Amino acid sequence: METGVSILIGLFFAVAVYLMLSKQLVRMLLGIAILGNAVNMLIFTNGRLTREVPPLIPEHLYVPEIATANPLPQALVLTAIVISFSFFAFLLVLAFRAYQELGTDEVNRMRVAEPENDQTPPQGY
Amino acid sequence: MTPAAIDDTTLYAVLAPFAAAVVAPILTRWFKHNAAWPLAIVPGMIFLHFAGFIGPVSEGQTFVASMAWAPSYGVNFSVYVDGLSTLFALLISGIGTFIILYAGGYLKGHPQQGRFFSFLFMFMGAMLGLVLCNNLISLFIFWELTSITSFLLIGFDHLRAASRRAAVQALVVTGGGGLVLLAGFILIINATGEIEMSVLLSSPDIIKDSGLYVPIFLLVLGGAFTKSAQFPFHFWLPNAMEAPTPVSAYLHSATMVKAGVYLLMRVHPLLGDTALWTTVLPLFGGITLLVGTILAVRMTDLKLMLAYTTVASLGLLVMLTGTSHEKALEGAVLYLLAHSLFKGALFMVAGTIDHEAGTRDITKLGGLRSAMPITFVAACLAALSMAGLPPFIGFIAKEVLYYGTWGWLELGLPITVTAVIGNSLMLVIAAAVAIKPFFGPKVDTPKHAHEGPILLFAGPVFLSVTGLGLALIAHTTGVLFVGPTLSSLLGEFKSIDLHLWPTKINAPLILSVITIGLGIALFTQLDRLRSFIASVLAAIGWGPDKGFDQFVSGIVGLSAWITRRLQTGKMHTYMMLTFGFTALAVLLPGYLTNSLPAMPKMPEYRFYEWGIFFIAILGLIAVLIAKTRLTAIVSLGIQGFAVALIFMMFGAPDLSFTQFMVETLSVVILALVMTRLNLSPRDHRTAPAALGTGVIAAAVGLGLTLTLLAITQQPFDSRLSEFFTEYSRSIAHGRNIVNVILVDFRGVDTLGEIAVVVLAGLCVLALIRVRTKPEATSDGSDPDVVQTRKAEAR
Amino acid sequence: MRTIIFRTIAPYLAALMVLFSIFVLLRGHNEPGGGFIGGLIAASALAIYGIACGVASVRRAIVFHPMGVAGFGLFIGALAGTLSFFKNQAFMTSQWLIFDLFGVEIPLSTPLVFDIGVYLVVVGAIGSIALALEERETD
Repeated sequence: METGVSILIGLFFAVAVYLMLSKQLVRMLLGIAILGNAVNMLIFTNGRLTREVPPLIPEHLYVPEIATANPLPQALVLTAIVISFSFFAFLLVLAFRAYQELGTDEVNRMRVAEPENDQTPPQGY
Repeated sequence: MTPAAIDDTTLYAVLAPFAAAVVAPILTRWFKHNAAWPLAIVPGMIFLHFAGFIGPVSEGQTFVASMAWAPSYGVNFSVYVDGLSTLFALLISGIGTFIILYAGGYLKGHPQQGRFFSFLFMFMGAMLGLVLCNNLISLFIFWELTSITSFLLIGFDHLRAASRRAAVQALVVTGGGGLVLLAGFILIINATGEIEMSVLLSSPDIIKDSGLYVPIFLLVLGGAFTKSAQFPFHFWLPNAMEAPTPVSAYLHSATMVKAGVYLLMRVHPLLGDTALWTTVLPLFGGITLLVGTILAVRMTDLKLMLAYTTVASLGLLVMLTGTSHEKALEGAVLYLLAHSLFKGALFMVAGTIDHEAGTRDITKLGGLRSAMPITFVAACLAALSMAGLPPFIGFIAKEVLYYGTWGWLELGLPITVTAVIGNSLMLVIAAAVAIKPFFGPKVDTPKHAHEGPILLFAGPVFLSVTGLGLALIAHTTGVLFVGPTLSSLLGEFKSIDLHLWPTKINAPLILSVITIGLGIALFTQLDRLRSFIASVLAAIGWGPDKGFDQFVSGIVGLSAWITRRLQTGKMHTYMMLTFGFTALAVLLPGYLTNSLPAMPKMPEYRFYEWGIFFIAILGLIAVLIAKTRLTAIVSLGIQGFAVALIFMMFGAPDLSFTQFMVETLSVVILALVMTRLNLSPRDHRTAPAALGTGVIAAAVGLGLTLTLLAITQQPFDSRLSEFFTEYSRSIAHGRNIVNVILVDFRGVDTLGEIAVVVLAGLCVLALIRVRTKPEATSDGSDPDVVQTRKAEAR
Repeated sequence: MRTIIFRTIAPYLAALMVLFSIFVLLRGHNEPGGGFIGGLIAASALAIYGIACGVASVRRAIVFHPMGVAGFGLFIGALAGTLSFFKNQAFMTSQWLIFDLFGVEIPLSTPLVFDIGVYLVVVGAIGSIALALEERETD
């Protein structure tokens, strides 16, 4: 059951990393969005896959009758989705503001924090 | 004799200075420099507490007390009270009392006096802990605490570069040595299985028989030699004279620098009396003694002269400890006591002269005896003890140590000669310190010299008079202090008989006479001697002090070079490095440990499942090749919805809904932002660059697929999931297990996560509102915008 | 995007979505749903309303600043966890109060309060992000 999804996850990671290795901010952002999905599916699949049976307990019972999908990775991934979205929104705004202030979307030309000719550290005490 | 257990009072006595460190700044704010009087009560009380041990300890008893700290690691805060630790505790608290008083007078009116008291007390507590700790790990912690607090004290005058350099130097040398010591302690613990010093001491051959004796010996020596400034680590000690004089008087008489000697004496029963011990220690000690005295003669600054003789004295102590000869060890203990008293007094005298006359260069001082009579008397008494003249404790120490070295069979002659030369040069310095500033014609000093206040002369007078008094009651001194300490060094109870005046003419007396004669002869030639040494040193031109600077700038240069290599300032490099190593990290271990997954067989998927996979892949490819922003956004949405469908297929409706909503919102905000970003989304990568990044990307993807396959081919541990499933309804009253886990079982996690969401929201708002230059907005009624403007106006 | 049809429907659509989101939130303990999903639905409602009728009218409609809503959610979420202190239990131990109202069992519990906190945090934070970005659009 997991084999096909594992291969798909590998593809997600490959595409995400390829996009993040671009020098353009927007492509990196797209890559990050895909990376989030890839990681979430990775965690989800780690808990093994079960078809179509959600982890719900029927009204008249105290434990499910049949084996359900694993609830634990679902709980982990659910918050991860929301957090990766918040993080993505933050990065998006960060990239947008950087573009506004620096006038470039080429990451190698964003050299405010680490200028080209950085000074060597002081040798004294 | 097994140690007797005592109550926790002694533990609190060790911790009391730390409490005083907290109170000191407040008291100083209230009482200014007079806060020294109430503050000095603390070390005074500690002194009295340990004085209570003198009687039982001199009868050969030992005591332990212990408080659990990290019991699962065997780390306890425990003390071991025997002759050696009692002597040190008395010196630390006794001299500490007068140092606190002296600091009150010396730094009178200094705006940071409260902080200074605080540092001094912290140091005092660290030092007390060091000499009393029974547990090796807590001993190490106090050991490093003395390094850190001495860093604070030496660098107290932190606005001067020389002071900062000295502080860093002391910290690097002694702190580094401390780490070496820790390695030694860990080896001891591993080799013997014991962590308490008292237990180790009860079976003295335990380390010598363990097969790890040589590495343990070398590592412990590394700690002791750096702390006690043995050649070639001696350079930090004179540099530490940058500290205010109370610090020098305290650290370099009885405490900090004696810690190394204390350690050597403490482990003497365990490590001592071997061929290695009796070769290495006398050798390095002897060299340090000669180097220290020779360098001291060159100096004209009172404090530096005293600092170099401290180096020399430490060398002498190490040399004597290294003989493992009973009489020489007795000499070491006596000299330790004598040195603490006279050096503490002389440092304080030097500080008083500096404070009252405005300089401490002996070539610019003279004729102060009438202006500063009390200080003069104290200086003379201390200097006579340092010179080793009767009737002072220094004289007895010298007699006994000559007796020991002369009687030591192995290397007696060279050691004795070294000791005689060292002691005669020490006499030269003692004479120079006591005579030059006080005798001769009156010289004009930068300040009009007069006697200091009682806070300044109480310490020197008391310490130098004690040096005289202990000699006059020599027998009692021997019984109460020297005997018990010697017993600790030898590991068996010894009672000794000391007397001040030699009863017959023997070798030590003759050696003493030679020392005094040689010293006086050299003193008359002091100026010639000084210029001769200076010219020799100038010819050498390099020393460990300069080496330290080269070492530090080498480290800085190396790290700058590495940083320039790794931190190119180009995001692209960082990403390539990160993902390159990620690929290695996921691929290599599987390959190296031969744990790659077995060839999986494709399970039977239903046609719609294939369909969803296909849509996901389609979305991914579309994102990759998208040429316009609209296609990029839409195709990103496609893969996201495909993920939602996958969650749905595998029984996760909650995830699926969340993913749907998130993807929708993502597309909305992407569309909102992307319309403002005027860029061409065409990938500018050249074919080779695309190939290179493609290979890294493919490697990461492949690695993670293989890892995931390997994981899913392992048996699954479902205990946790079963627990949640079983109790979801029965104890948490919920039928949606995922939601129950989120809000109940793992509620604290969720609380943290929603806090992250709030934080992300705040960050986004802040980013949007921050403006490098003010910008007019159209909608003035918006409260947010108005607030922003207000903030900017400020 | 501001077609007349969209602008007319949007307020009703948004209201409906908010109602639905509350329904999803409350049934979350037993059926699929919960604070996170509910919050996201409500945040989408705010976003849609904002796109259709302008951010200023959304801000008027929800009265409080969305970050304030989020902060309040975090606050009651944490507060719900502290109730257990009164019974000398660990932080976040759930407390239940089930009573009968005209034959209908109404369970009140700290996990429910906590879930409402989660809901408010998600509505507030995500809504605030969406609105802030939409505002950039208009100025």
